[in-house]
Amino acid sequence: MSTTKTQLIAEEGKHDYSIIREFAAPTELVFAAFTEPALLAQWFMPQHLNLQVNKMDCQTGGAYHLTYQGPDSNRFGFRGIYHEVVENNYIIKTSEFEGLPQKLDPILEKTVFEDIGAGKCKVTIHTICPSVTYRDNMIAAGMEPTLTSTHSQLDKLLITLINKTVK
Amino acid sequence: MRRDVFQAIADPTRRAILLLIATQAMTPNALAEHFDSTRQAVSKHIKILTECQLVKQEQTGREIFYHLNPKKMKEVADWLEPFRQLWEARFNQLDNVLKTLKSKKS
Repeated sequence: MSTTKTQLIAEEGKHDYSIIREFAAPTELVFAAFTEPALLAQWFMPQHLNLQVNKMDCQTGGAYHLTYQGPDSNRFGFRGIYHEVVENNYIIKTSEFEGLPQKLDPILEKTVFEDIGAGKCKVTIHTICPSVTYRDNMIAAGMEPTLTSTHSQLDKLLITLINKTVK
Repeated sequence: MRRDVFQAIADPTRRAILLLIATQAMTPNALAEHFDSTRQAVSKHIKILTECQLVKQEQTGREIFYHLNPKKMKEVADWLEPFRQLWEARFNQLDNVLKTLKSKKS
């Protein structure tokens, strides 16, 4: 079985990206894990970053504010508004990244929960950024040294290919 | 039509094609010999890989040879992968949370 369960679709020259993943749990449980503060805190960030849920009113019109410990004891965070929340169905929210010297415009994020049978749920997170550069920078920022990387089959294949062809 | 590179490499046949031409450039016929599928099916996979710029073709005499485009391969691996892995790690943690929730429920 492949260890690459999460799919990232980010086409060149576009200002959006999608993340797709299936979970072996019913939609209600997956939805709860995204919307209940105590549950979100358990998975959204690696434990050592000490994610704090300062505010999370997960309903249409509600607000949220999350913070975590970044490198060099800086605190980073996300805040935004739940534009629309439909239980066990979808969440549309804004998200503004905090902690950088400059102020960033928020992104718009739609998370869709889909019952795919056999007690499984498919989650698709579609993120729309203000510009192509913004999106590309955001994806590049995924290289921050805060997360442990796992090498999947495909990563190994790619590395083998690169080693063979790039001298 | 614009092709998504990650969708292109998600297919097992296309990954096998990339592996084969990584070692040496190959003609369409030589490549097709490695697969049970029809030549047309293999050509279709190569077309997708070419559209994504993962594969380049070169004419040598009367033969066409397919090469791997290492620049593009490196781009795919280097650029998007850390961000994808961030989500992979995040969702692996979520798997554990869901497992606990399920066992509490039953």
